Amino acid sequence: METFTGKVWMLGDDIDTDIIIPTEYLALKTIDEMKQYGFSPLRPELAGQMKEGDVIVAGKNFGCGSSREQAPEIIKALGVKCVIAKSFARIFFRNSINNGLLLMEQPDLYDDMTEGDPIKVTVNEHVEYQGKFYEIASLPQNLVDIISAGGLVKAMRKRNGLD
Amino acid sequence: MGMTIAEKIIAAAAGVDHVKPGDIHTVNLDRLMSNDGTTHLTVDMYHNKLTKPRIADPDKLVFIVDHNVPADNPKTAAAQKKMRDFAREHQIDFWEGKGVCHQIMMENYVCPGELIFGADSHTCTYGALGAFGTGVGCTDFLYGMVTGTSWVLVPESVKFNLEGKLPDGVYPRDLMLTIIGQIGANGCNYQVMEFGGEGAKILSVNDRMVLCNLSVEAGAKTGIFEADEIALEYLEERGRKPKAVYKSDPDAVYAREYTIDLSVIEPVIARPDFVDDVVPAKELCGIKIDEAFLGSCNNGRIEELRIGAGIIKGKKVADSVRFLVVPASLEVYKQALKEGLIDIFMESGAIVMNPNCSVCWGSCQGVIGENEVLISTGTRNFKGRAGHPSSKVYLGSAATVTASAITGEITLA
Repeated sequence: METFTGKVWMLGDDIDTDIIIPTEYLALKTIDEMKQYGFSPLRPELAGQMKEGDVIVAGKNFGCGSSREQAPEIIKALGVKCVIAKSFARIFFRNSINNGLLLMEQPDLYDDMTEGDPIKVTVNEHVEYQGKFYEIASLPQNLVDIISAGGLVKAMRKRNGLD
Repeated sequence: MGMTIAEKIIAAAAGVDHVKPGDIHTVNLDRLMSNDGTTHLTVDMYHNKLTKPRIADPDKLVFIVDHNVPADNPKTAAAQKKMRDFAREHQIDFWEGKGVCHQIMMENYVCPGELIFGADSHTCTYGALGAFGTGVGCTDFLYGMVTGTSWVLVPESVKFNLEGKLPDGVYPRDLMLTIIGQIGANGCNYQVMEFGGEGAKILSVNDRMVLCNLSVEAGAKTGIFEADEIALEYLEERGRKPKAVYKSDPDAVYAREYTIDLSVIEPVIARPDFVDDVVPAKELCGIKIDEAFLGSCNNGRIEELRIGAGIIKGKKVADSVRFLVVPASLEVYKQALKEGLIDIFMESGAIVMNPNCSVCWGSCQGVIGENEVLISTGTRNFKGRAGHPSSKVYLGSAATVTASAITGEITLA
């Protein structure tokens, strides 16, 4: 299984899609132009601080709200390797899988975590933080297929011979 | 083991006799709706990411421009042109300026028993007619458009038994906000909220839309009612026939059941910045407002316009307040004109807008500035949802919103 270590940014409960990317920036042409406004209603400085390979750890219901797919795309574009939350809103969950953004549900890590600390993630198995192991549920096979193909569009091209 | 309405719709769409929660099925989609919030992205992916793209069945597609209507800057105009051109090229039903997408879908397309994907989170509204509607992103939409199919993880259903009748002056919006306050913004995450019981039978299609529409604010995949005589009458008036009429089996399995006594519900408000931070409206009376909004796919139909007009007739909007009234569709707008409601709003000093998403989407109309306060019949009160990140949005019923527009502070009707 893939293993990586990343620096953690902490976000709270009910981080909605309007916080991840406010409506007024959706008209910008590219995700690259939009990404500087990621999380701006809550933490305007955060997008500028995030670096390749970072990890977001959040509370319950991450990604609630609209179906805007720019939300997972921006998190990915900011370099975030994966989001670990107590739970995810369902449309955001689907959109993330479809765009190859790794999500993990973990009920206890958030309460123990301090921002800025590093954590070690072993995909589909566990997260290691300060010597303690936090178990992660494995994803169903059809979702693993989509992620490993690099997202839904690529999986579809393969499956339906559209190439 | 019996099945719920939602499970029966998925089973039919998957071409199998039986499904249970947790199963993953490939399903045939009956209909797909996309609006100007994201269609330009879908069109870009269609052209740039697929080498031999084709559309499985153009007759199943509906494109609706409703989020920024009319276009408010060159960027949205370009996005809408892309959508318009694509619809023409592929003979896709195309609506522009005729109303909020979900209202147009309910008035013209949705049939009981259908499985419908919409590239908008409030697609869950269609359960008011016994259809399974659910919101998806543009990649899922693209997949459905090209293959005619998608995959679904069968959700659990949660039953809400409604008993009794709402008191006078209390509305389905108060009821649904109360439920969300009780169970939380993820109270039904990836579940179906099925509404039933004697109290559900007497609700109109509009009332049912109010409930189903907000089910996503409790995290639900959709909200749904049985398509009974009231639903079938609505359908017949519009010349449509059901695909199938499903009832939940007596031995259907629910993850949880709630019984809700409608007679004890009171006017409530969801406070900024969370839809589940719900308190009795009377506790917030006196909070000064800068803007009031009556409209949206949740609460912009003729029923709510009648409530608002009834309250503001012969009175004036407070000098300090902008009161935006936005009918949910052209059909609603024309009916309101016929009934003299638009005259009443205009006489009062309200700003009556063309049918569209307006303030609820926080982009093209009625955007609020730094530290401003809005009371709204829209769907969400997230931080910055209606404009500046420091602004505040309170969600209330059409009655509470209109009464507040008159006094300039949160007021019970």
